[in-house]
Amino acid sequence: MSIFFNKSDLTRQDADKIVSETLNNCDDGELYLEESKSESILLDDNKIKSSNYSSDLGFGFRAISNEVVAYSYSNEISKDSLKNSSENLKSTLKSIKGTYNHEIPKSNKKFYKDINPIEQKTLDSKLEVLNKVNDFLRKKDGSVKQVTASFAGEQKSIEIIRSGGEALTDVRPLIRFNVSVMLEKNGRKETGVYGIGGRQSYDDYLKNDNWKNVCEEAFRIASVNLESKPAPAGEMKVVLGPGWPAILIHEAIGHGLEGDFNRKKTSAFHDLMGEKVASQGVTIVDDGTIDNRRGSLTIDDEGTPTERTVLIENGILKNFMQDRHNARLMNTRSTGSGRRENYRHIVLPRMRNTMMLSGNQTQDEMIKSVDKGIFAVSFGGGQVDITSGKFVFNCTEAYEINNGKIGSPIKGATLIGDGPSILKEVSMVGNDMMLDPGIGTCGKAGQGVPVGVAQPSILIDKMTVGGTKL
Amino acid sequence: MLKDQEFLKSKASYCLDLAKKMGATDASVTVGHSISETVNFRNKSLDASDRSDGLALSIETYLGKRRSSISSSNLLDENIKTLIQKCFETTKITPEDEFNSLPDKNLLAKQIRSLNLYDETRFENDKKIKYLKDLEESASKDNQIINTESSFTENKSNFILANSDGFCDGYKTSSFAASCVTVAKDENSMERDYEFTSKRHLSDIKQAIDLGNKAAKQTIRKLSPKKIGSEKISIIFDKRISKGMLSVFASAISASAIARGTSFLKDKIDQQVFTDAINVIDKPDIIKGMGSQNFDSEGVNSNTLQLVENGILKNYLVDTYNGKKLNLKSNGRSGGTTNLYFEKGNISYEDLLKKNSRSLYITETIGHGSNIVTGDYSVGATGFLVEDGEFKYPVNEITIAGNFKDMFKNIILANDLEFEYSVNSPTMMIEGMTVAGK
Repeated sequence: MSIFFNKSDLTRQDADKIVSETLNNCDDGELYLEESKSESILLDDNKIKSSNYSSDLGFGFRAISNEVVAYSYSNEISKDSLKNSSENLKSTLKSIKGTYNHEIPKSNKKFYKDINPIEQKTLDSKLEVLNKVNDFLRKKDGSVKQVTASFAGEQKSIEIIRSGGEALTDVRPLIRFNVSVMLEKNGRKETGVYGIGGRQSYDDYLKNDNWKNVCEEAFRIASVNLESKPAPAGEMKVVLGPGWPAILIHEAIGHGLEGDFNRKKTSAFHDLMGEKVASQGVTIVDDGTIDNRRGSLTIDDEGTPTERTVLIENGILKNFMQDRHNARLMNTRSTGSGRRENYRHIVLPRMRNTMMLSGNQTQDEMIKSVDKGIFAVSFGGGQVDITSGKFVFNCTEAYEINNGKIGSPIKGATLIGDGPSILKEVSMVGNDMMLDPGIGTCGKAGQGVPVGVAQPSILIDKMTVGGTKL
Repeated sequence: MLKDQEFLKSKASYCLDLAKKMGATDASVTVGHSISETVNFRNKSLDASDRSDGLALSIETYLGKRRSSISSSNLLDENIKTLIQKCFETTKITPEDEFNSLPDKNLLAKQIRSLNLYDETRFENDKKIKYLKDLEESASKDNQIINTESSFTENKSNFILANSDGFCDGYKTSSFAASCVTVAKDENSMERDYEFTSKRHLSDIKQAIDLGNKAAKQTIRKLSPKKIGSEKISIIFDKRISKGMLSVFASAISASAIARGTSFLKDKIDQQVFTDAINVIDKPDIIKGMGSQNFDSEGVNSNTLQLVENGILKNYLVDTYNGKKLNLKSNGRSGGTTNLYFEKGNISYEDLLKKNSRSLYITETIGHGSNIVTGDYSVGATGFLVEDGEFKYPVNEITIAGNFKDMFKNIILANDLEFEYSVNSPTMMIEGMTVAGK
């Protein structure tokens, strides 16, 4: 039973009819229906600062003919509203003709359960955890001056109706638990942030008082930063820790391998297919099929089952990430990478869980090999200029390396590099691949979608560190 | 059709009545409707068109000092009923917070001045297409330009804010925006740059041809960049970057950051934070202003605020909740600044370029390198090396770093302030920052 057709005068038969008639002469397109329920509860400054619940319902109707995409959305699911949208699409594509591609791959695999995490834990018990976090951290150390803790939960239900009446559905749970702590000591203030999450219930992540580990980690990062010295400025060797630092991979090469930028030839990678873009031993995949991960999807937002796409194999560029639209125009197939933030947005090819696979060296070997450089353990956000290939990311926990030994912590600095060449500077790949804790959100064209990253420790021979110390 | 005031008011009062009936001691509600149409072009032909039509509702219910909120895009009475019920149930078990309350009645906006924020002109998609054709024609004249992408968005919005103290007001706004992103290529490099325009009234937007020309020119001049060495150098921030400094300043003086103690500008009222030549003003009543408003997101009247006077910090940006915490009255800045700007400086743009024999002119920064707690700043940057007032060559793959506390005290502003956006700054020079490169 569809949840979308008992709320207004729009029946399933009406929807099928309008969709088929609108998309008849188009190359592709679909009606995307979405209902989402979300909550956020925030403790800040010793108090429950806000508790918000939100429900959203709407549709996005897309018609594609050759290179032109027409899109119309509304949050009123009714016969009139859908007809209006249909007229909008037809008026954009009035003189254009195409042949509808009915083919869409099928799979029975599911990578998460149909749960509503919001309903699986009472508000009282969520408030109790947040208060425990606050008490625990403030009692832990006198330097704790501010504690912020939050729960965010969501259940998103989607239905995709294609021309001819084919329908595809998915129910996607997602949660995140986050702790931020600010310490003050000798007039200096520093913050530490840590979070966990994914596509299971809150209690799957919080069992065995796991919230304490999240607190300890946030506190540890802030403590390290209280002792930090100004970061060095200039080119040097950089050792990246495993896990979350893989946002380097996401920024440096991930975005550049998305289909749209390569079809338009605006990516620095567009003419490098089959070429060596990374050191031997570097293999990078984008995987939507890992159980319960933040970036995993059973089907993408066009209805294509997700997959494990090999992007770079042993240094050689193998595949781009594709949605249906870019795949058709580039004469290839969708990799199940078509995503959108919600029904208000058009589909774009996006990353899911982007991972560099393990090699066989140890982190110790990497550190020992560096005379002068930095060891970066944790990061804030990153950004890339697709066209020039230049990317940055901001360290939130990093140390100097002097003569093969880890030295003092250094202040948050931006690292900058060149996407197409950075992976050729990777001279060691660790044996310690780790997934990130489940906190990533990727922004592109104003749309945020949940993603994951993973990598082992790696040694980069040359990168510019943006500190203040010359 | 954009929903009229009457429709939005009836929804708002339905919500307030219902909340009261369920036992809420206070409530406030915002109902908004927005219609926007976008046409995208790529390489001189139609690429996409997008129409959106969205209603939005948000409600806060109070039970004494307990508060919680809900939001939804589904305005059917049945759904609203369920949501308000859920909201009020949540309110009952949310702990009390002594600072929770509706704004003081005597601070609420009394009369709505016309700021001319709505232009009812309908710019049909065919006209948008013509504008974008002209724009891309001019953007792609030079054969080094290999890709152009442009868009035109027309937006019309209306809203009502109402609360159980009797406040009930709202108004229509519009915006017309065009942007152009161009990619240029030569034998050494591929570069991207952009230009955009955004105005309340259609007749005020930039000419398509000028927009396209400027985007192309700005992109081509970035080709074949060099990386420079690490050094201390004076940095000139193009207007599109210097306005970002103001946004950082605004977030550091928000009452919430101050009350939480997480700002490097806490306890700095009446102290020197900029050089004494600097004045920062937030002016909500600029006619047709992109950030203009009659009242803030709580209904509190907003007047012009001198935030910095002769370098001295004079005001925070105060909302009701954090104001109560800090023992300050709301100054109508719930939701942030309105039209924020640096008053113009004394030196011309040309003289600023010549002020030092060698400086770095920054046109773009990337990364999220502003730390409001410590004031530390470190971002990736792209720009030009300037020698004796002349642009010598493009520079990229560098970072610039410093601390806002020092940077603010070393700002020199040119006299080229223009009111283009909701945050505006003249061209800015800061001496003594660190560049990391080779």
